[in-house]
Amino acid sequence: MLYSLCFLLFMIGLYCVLVKKNMIKIVVGILLMEYAVNLFLVMLGWRKVADGAVAPIAAGGDLLDKAGTVSQLFVSRAVDPLPQALVLTSIVIGLGSLALMVAICIRTYEKYGTFDITRIRRLKG
Amino acid sequence: MSLNIPLPLFIALPLAVAFLLPLFGTKTRGFASFIAVLTTAALLVFSIFSFGRFEVYCVGRWTIPLGINLVLDGISALMLLTISIVSFAAILFSNRYMEQYTAKSKYLSLFLLMVTGMNGVVLSGDIFNLFVFLEIASIASYALVGFGCQHEELEAAFKYMVLGSVASMFVLFAVGVVYGNTGSLNMAVISKHVAENGLNTGLAFALALFIAGFGLKAALVPFHAWLPDAHPSAPAPISAMLSGVLIKALGIYSLSRIIFNVLGVSVPISWVLITLGLLSMVIGALLAIGQWDFKRLLAYSSISQIGYVMFGIGLAALILSKKGNPVWASLAMLGGLFHLMNHAVFKSLLFLTSGSIEMSTGTRQLKELGGLAEKLPITRSACTIASASIAGIPPFNGFWSKLILVIAAVQAGFYTLAAVTVFVSIVTLIMFLKVQRYVFLGELPENLKSVVEHRGLMAFAMIFLAVLCVLMGALVIYEPFRVVVLDNAVNALLDGLAYAGKVLNAQILNGQ
Repeated sequence: MLYSLCFLLFMIGLYCVLVKKNMIKIVVGILLMEYAVNLFLVMLGWRKVADGAVAPIAAGGDLLDKAGTVSQLFVSRAVDPLPQALVLTSIVIGLGSLALMVAICIRTYEKYGTFDITRIRRLKG
Repeated sequence: MSLNIPLPLFIALPLAVAFLLPLFGTKTRGFASFIAVLTTAALLVFSIFSFGRFEVYCVGRWTIPLGINLVLDGISALMLLTISIVSFAAILFSNRYMEQYTAKSKYLSLFLLMVTGMNGVVLSGDIFNLFVFLEIASIASYALVGFGCQHEELEAAFKYMVLGSVASMFVLFAVGVVYGNTGSLNMAVISKHVAENGLNTGLAFALALFIAGFGLKAALVPFHAWLPDAHPSAPAPISAMLSGVLIKALGIYSLSRIIFNVLGVSVPISWVLITLGLLSMVIGALLAIGQWDFKRLLAYSSISQIGYVMFGIGLAALILSKKGNPVWASLAMLGGLFHLMNHAVFKSLLFLTSGSIEMSTGTRQLKELGGLAEKLPITRSACTIASASIAGIPPFNGFWSKLILVIAAVQAGFYTLAAVTVFVSIVTLIMFLKVQRYVFLGELPENLKSVVEHRGLMAFAMIFLAVLCVLMGALVIYEPFRVVVLDNAVNALLDGLAYAGKVLNAQILNGQ
């Protein structure tokens, strides 16, 4: 159910990219898609606190067994850390591409004097 | 004779140089281009020595289920060589060509970042890592398309960037779905999981997302809208890189790696690939023939030639999944991959000649040109060789790959598909006769009486690629070359899900 809401958000972003005429709104649409995917990735490793979920840091206490390695209890309760690492990477990549995208929008505005993509049409054929 | 180059060097070398180059100012930019040429030359040598090796490199010594790994097999080696050849020629060409623009060292830096990204995509054995490298290459290419910062360049860059970002999001979504369903991001582990449990609904959904994402990157026909704007707007050496290798490394290679080695082939998927290939082939060629802008014509013809590659790969997938004769499957795959290499060489050569013509005459509209055969002799002969190759005239390289594709289609019993392939080849011939007629023959316009050809490195880059066009037929005729270069690549893909076993065993043999 939650996953389908994520997918809905993704589709709203895609709709925005395909339908909107303003360059800035298109950029916002791409960001929406990106956030939907990030949310999806985080949810893959998600566990309820009520079920006793803990952060994936094996600090000590009953989470470590006698040999000093992580215990079975820890494995069954900790949140999956991998998707969080993925999301961090994808946020950084998103930041880079957002900066470039906004820079292109600003330069286009300087040249054409408008953000309306129906009026920025020199290339055709 | 073997030179054991550590795999991360293919990624680390261009990456390190890319961040070094912006330090050079305008006065020392000659030195910056010298370093860039040296880097691509080194990568070319490394990639030649990477043939015939099968190697798994675990980054940071973390073994496979835990860490990220790089895998060098036949298809990776083939792609590495293609990327290196085209980037070497393009960077030699840009040495003189990019003097028209300011900020040359930033251009070189972005160029090398793009090479880094492509080498990474080709070597990566981990789907999320593949996504990261894909984004590095894509973001560098968006910036390079808009490098001129004029009206057309910015418009094309925005269009390219929007569609490229959507494609990347599809790929990332698919990566997430695959992780959710298999619990791993490693290609070998996922492949093993699929071989044991088959495709469930989630993985099938991920496969659909992958096809949409990589199809957008490869500009296969329903997804092709950005390519005819983006490729002509970039500076000529970048057009050569984009059409020559970027759409292949990010699109075709990634798609075939995922389909063949990770998620497995099936009959419906093969038909999807064949349909995409045929549509691109026919529609690209028919749209190209009506163009009057030289680079735009070349861009449409790229779509059509990418269709050939996809068609060969799809045909191999179909024969493989129907448990047909494996000889025909490997023949179709051989045709597809050989055409991929050939197209990289002749299409980048055509874009370089278009750059040479544009630089000498200041225009690329076919109707404003004419009679340049005597004014630009080197460009003319290079362009003629490349046109003959792309149209499939023997003994040039394009002839062999198209011949193999047609033979494979006939052998497998698809006579209609073979006929379509031949038909598109004829359309391509007409299209390039038109180029020859309008650019090099006919009346020389009054305002072009005083044009001069730019010699030096620009001419050298074109001659280098033209010689390759003539000699590459040897790759299929001369058996030792074929076994090392092409057959290894064909087998790497046709092994299918056995990929997992090979990678995991190689890791154990490495003693890690």
